[in-house]
Amino acid sequence: MTATTQKPPLSTHAKIERNVSILGVLAFLAVTVGGIVEIAPLFWIDNTIEKVKGVRPYTPLEQAGRDIYIREGCYVCHSQMIRPFRDEVERYGHYSLAAESMYDHPFQWGSKRTGPDLARVGGRYSDEWHVQHLTDPRSVVPESVMPMYAFLKDRDLKAGEGGTMTGEIKALATTGVPYTPEQIAKADEDLKAQAGMGDTTELAKRWPKAQPRDFDGNPGRLTEMDALVAYLQVLGTMVDVNAAAAQEDLAKETGR
Amino acid sequence: MADKRLDQATGIETVGHEWDGIEELNTPLPRWWLYTFYATIVFAIGYVVVYPAVPLAHSGTPGLWKWSSRGALAAETAGAEQARAKTLAAIAALPIEELPGKPELMQAAIAGGKAAFRVNCVQCHGSGAAGSKGYPNLNDDDWLWGGDLKAIETTITHGIRYPGDDTTRQSLMPSFGHDGILPPGQVEDVASYVRSLSGRVAPGSAAALRGAGIFAANCAVCHGPDGKGGRQVGAPNLADAIWLYGGNQADVVASVTNAHAGVMPAWGQRLDAVTIKMLATYVHSLGGGEKFAPGQGAAPAADATAPAAAQ
Repeated sequence: MTATTQKPPLSTHAKIERNVSILGVLAFLAVTVGGIVEIAPLFWIDNTIEKVKGVRPYTPLEQAGRDIYIREGCYVCHSQMIRPFRDEVERYGHYSLAAESMYDHPFQWGSKRTGPDLARVGGRYSDEWHVQHLTDPRSVVPESVMPMYAFLKDRDLKAGEGGTMTGEIKALATTGVPYTPEQIAKADEDLKAQAGMGDTTELAKRWPKAQPRDFDGNPGRLTEMDALVAYLQVLGTMVDVNAAAAQEDLAKETGR
Repeated sequence: MADKRLDQATGIETVGHEWDGIEELNTPLPRWWLYTFYATIVFAIGYVVVYPAVPLAHSGTPGLWKWSSRGALAAETAGAEQARAKTLAAIAALPIEELPGKPELMQAAIAGGKAAFRVNCVQCHGSGAAGSKGYPNLNDDDWLWGGDLKAIETTITHGIRYPGDDTTRQSLMPSFGHDGILPPGQVEDVASYVRSLSGRVAPGSAAALRGAGIFAANCAVCHGPDGKGGRQVGAPNLADAIWLYGGNQADVVASVTNAHAGVMPAWGQRLDAVTIKMLATYVHSLGGGEKFAPGQGAAPAADATAPAAAQ
């Protein structure tokens, strides 16, 4: 029996399906094009590389607090990314800008919110509140399910590796965070000074915007609580998003 | 290429290969599936035209509809604001002293204040505004800095001991023990006297009697000779049963030794005036709100003289 059927449309596709080399090459090309279109523009479109006034690298104390934030897994329940939706903006503040996490390695955007978003928690509460809340969350938020972190008050801050932040700050500088050589060399002095245990005039020279004070309510001791509260208090405060100039810039943007 | 042939049972062509007598039919895709697939392609083309899609030098193509997530947010926020605008303008135009005279506006203000309270205030004062150690209960009628609408509004606007506000509520109790003003024994005595004011210690006890003199010399300036406090400096009433930092002997000794200086942010820097006004009405409505003192608001000034005339 000889079948004299018509040639069906796309019959050449059969060739691709039966030749694994051609299939591999074409699949690779398809993925490459998709990758270029989806990923490459992120390196040049304004949306992702917008420059915003006010963003600065974290001070050594804030960076040490950030390490504790990551060590304790705060990111498991807290995001740091306010999306441009009305419910989020009304609760947490202005939506996050890409530039605000440009010096975060790694960023803490997150996607799980058992607790509230922390992208703009800085300056929202007093230091005392943070200390009390971390010590016993339910004493200030009765419905909270957050674990207690009272031990942070009793642990001396051993920042960075081997008790010095210089290496860590240097490593961050290598990834592109613009720390000056002086900031790297004096990292440990600045860390102590910001926690209220040293000369703040030098600190103010190197870190004009840093807020130096005793954060944990225990002036005689530099604890992990000092560092974590210092970090929480700077979150989202670097950029004045409500400034007239910032609003004008945002209004001009389209296509995002 | 193996033999292709029509399968007799189904009338469909086979793909042409065969394993141990088993052959595979080259059944075409179901039509509904194929047309759905074509429809998704058409949809994708439409999507690219109307929505932001193709990345260019500075941003994606905006698309015919000019949609953007930030634009959508702006539109939604503007809509919500417009819906509220009339009520808010009416509240803004009215001095807070006259708000109680307009029950409808007052009700709207309390509702708006409740919403703002849930966002900004519950973290310290608690979801029921009952406070906790160090954070005042707003439901009771004990006020550190005054409990009428205007005083509450001022406190919310300028905060308490807030570093960034020049007109913030300011006072500082000395750390009598820590700074060595009083030796530890005298701190214990004065704490006993303070606790005797509310009956927690027998007023006639030796410690309380010793503390009375110390209190008069050191504390009465702000807390008053009878310990009832003073709102000018936010000095708490020590003669009642309400304790912001605890009323045990140890708590009071701790407060005298290392004085507390609670901080409340100046919300005038973060919230607009109408929101603060609404917050003040909400806090005022919680149960402890005080009427304006005679002569200050709309309160009649004749009340004080009336009983005297009747006698």
